[in-house]
Amino acid sequence: MFVNFFLELRQAKVPVSIKEYLALMEGMDKGVSDYSVDDFYYLSRAILVKDERNLDKFDKVFGHIFKGLEAVPGDGVAAEIPEEWLRKLAEKLLTEEEKAQIEALGGWEKLMETLKKRLEEQQKRHQGGSKWIGTAGTSPFGAHGFNPEGVRIGQDKNREGRAVKVWDKREYKNLDDTVEIGTRNIKIALRRLRKFAREGAEVELDMPDTIRSTARNAGYLDIKMVPERRNKVKLLILFDIGGSMDAHIRVCEELFSAARSEFKHLEFFYFHNCLYEKLWKDNRRRHVDTFSTAQLLHTYPADYKVLFVGDASMSPYEIAYPGGSVEHWNEESGQTWIQRVADTYRSMVWLNPVPERHWSYTPSIQLLQQLSSNRMFPLTLGGLDSAMKELNK
Amino acid sequence: MKFTGTDSYVASDDLRVAVNAAIALQRPLLIKGEPGTGKTVLAHEVAKALKAPIIEWHIKSTTKAQQGLYEYDAVSRLRDSQLGDERVKDIANYIKKGKLWEGFTSTERPVLLIDEIDKADIEFPNDLLLELDRMEFYVYETQQVIKAEQRPIVMITSNNEKELPDAFLRRCFFHYIRFPDRETMTQIVDVHFPDLQRNLLREALNVFYDIREVPGLKKKPSTSELLDWLKLLMVEDMSPDALRSKDSKQLIPPLHGALLKNEQDVHLFERLAFMARREQRQ
Repeated sequence: MFVNFFLELRQAKVPVSIKEYLALMEGMDKGVSDYSVDDFYYLSRAILVKDERNLDKFDKVFGHIFKGLEAVPGDGVAAEIPEEWLRKLAEKLLTEEEKAQIEALGGWEKLMETLKKRLEEQQKRHQGGSKWIGTAGTSPFGAHGFNPEGVRIGQDKNREGRAVKVWDKREYKNLDDTVEIGTRNIKIALRRLRKFAREGAEVELDMPDTIRSTARNAGYLDIKMVPERRNKVKLLILFDIGGSMDAHIRVCEELFSAARSEFKHLEFFYFHNCLYEKLWKDNRRRHVDTFSTAQLLHTYPADYKVLFVGDASMSPYEIAYPGGSVEHWNEESGQTWIQRVADTYRSMVWLNPVPERHWSYTPSIQLLQQLSSNRMFPLTLGGLDSAMKELNK
Repeated sequence: MKFTGTDSYVASDDLRVAVNAAIALQRPLLIKGEPGTGKTVLAHEVAKALKAPIIEWHIKSTTKAQQGLYEYDAVSRLRDSQLGDERVKDIANYIKKGKLWEGFTSTERPVLLIDEIDKADIEFPNDLLLELDRMEFYVYETQQVIKAEQRPIVMITSNNEKELPDAFLRRCFFHYIRFPDRETMTQIVDVHFPDLQRNLLREALNVFYDIREVPGLKKKPSTSELLDWLKLLMVEDMSPDALRSKDSKQLIPPLHGALLKNEQDVHLFERLAFMARREQRQ
């Protein structure tokens, strides 16, 4: 059964390995889960799931496997559970408050007797059936009217009853699919674009230089310090947004989220379809709060590396002619503006989320490919890698 | 050695099992969750419950894995050599123990907290793989192997700022602290403020969960913020009525500074409250 569980988790794309499976076995062996389905669920979840976005998948698989468990005739399980009930019950009954309530019922002995009787009845009733663990956990007491004013068995502290629901509730549903997914790979690719340099305050000890200077200083200590190594790459990202780009929003978000934490000097702007005289930083205020492209060229020095992200899919007129923009009247063609950017910044690449094999069918992509002097790369990990290499040249 | 929560920390069943599994199987436990849901506090409470010493290693963006093992203080050695100090002859005098070393050689089995591991460089977790797996490392300067006599209980917290590598995750157990529901929250508050008025708590929780429901908040208030706010309410001796925002003149709850942590959120909340009140009038 556990092997099934394991295989089904793998099928559901929860990344589990033999190592974790063995750890789970070890945990069971050491008695961490203590014969309670509840605890077993928690234990296996802690061991097998490594990321909150897999919790929902795990719950689903567990629910599925658990349903299979319900169908098992309750021989072995049945022998186990009444004891557990009794034990739990006894624990509960030990508080002072409840003891007093038991007194009111005719004392401990009588209570245990009644309880045993009830449990026996319970067992008989369920032997033919199969719904053992599912609902029988604690609720039978309530169901059988064994619920006098004090002993709140399975009322507000309904542990078993709740436990069954825990994975059926699927509380982690909305944790599935966060933006962070897959950014690790992107970050690794972006790391190619690191140019370490020592600038700023001198805070680190320069060991080789210190030794050299000390030796030269006739053995008298001469400490040399150097500034810390930092990534000094400056990046300017221009995102195409809206329209045909809506289909690629996720991959762009991932790229943005990864780039943001990787580079200290990162600036970004948005444009629509093609670059014209205006850019903006906030999409909600794109018509009010604009930044002129001319100013962009003056503000950011030529050592910035420019990264265009866009599908470059539009009518060729939008690129080649003044007034070609779908949104406004542009005095100068998009071509002119892109040429200006290319002239100003030596390192420039275009990342295109459209699969490379479709590029040749879209004239505007070819046009922009030419404009960027063949520095257009697909927005895949491989493409990103080559783009970073290109930027590093 | 079993952890069952303490009188100042309410541990849910799943958390309890996860912690016990990590203790029994001697694996690191990775804790994630919204900021302020008690990730760091957990390690302290586990240490308290098990009467174990706690060793804390707070990670910053500049922290290197090596610093957790040991550091070689070359500057002191150079200086001592100038002064003709005898200690200079033994390099071991200039090896500074890191937190992991401390944890490995502790006489009692300690709780080792690696706090906010996601703050470090992306390679940081990978650099600790072997050390956490085998609980040993090699000191090059003195050519000795430091091996844990008793494996410390390792707790790692993360705020999800960076994704952790798979190889690292393989070696950990994982627990995600879910935001507590109302019932659990009441328990938590009870533990911290046993003599809080019932009706004040009820109103405060209403306001609190209402605020969490507000769409588009940059930072939702969490458990620790609620506790701070309640403390303030108690200090100010606020009456439950003052919290009933429906009929009060104030738009936002009193002492909101403890709950809402940036001005955009306060503005957003004010605007929503204003709109809600206008609707009521009509």
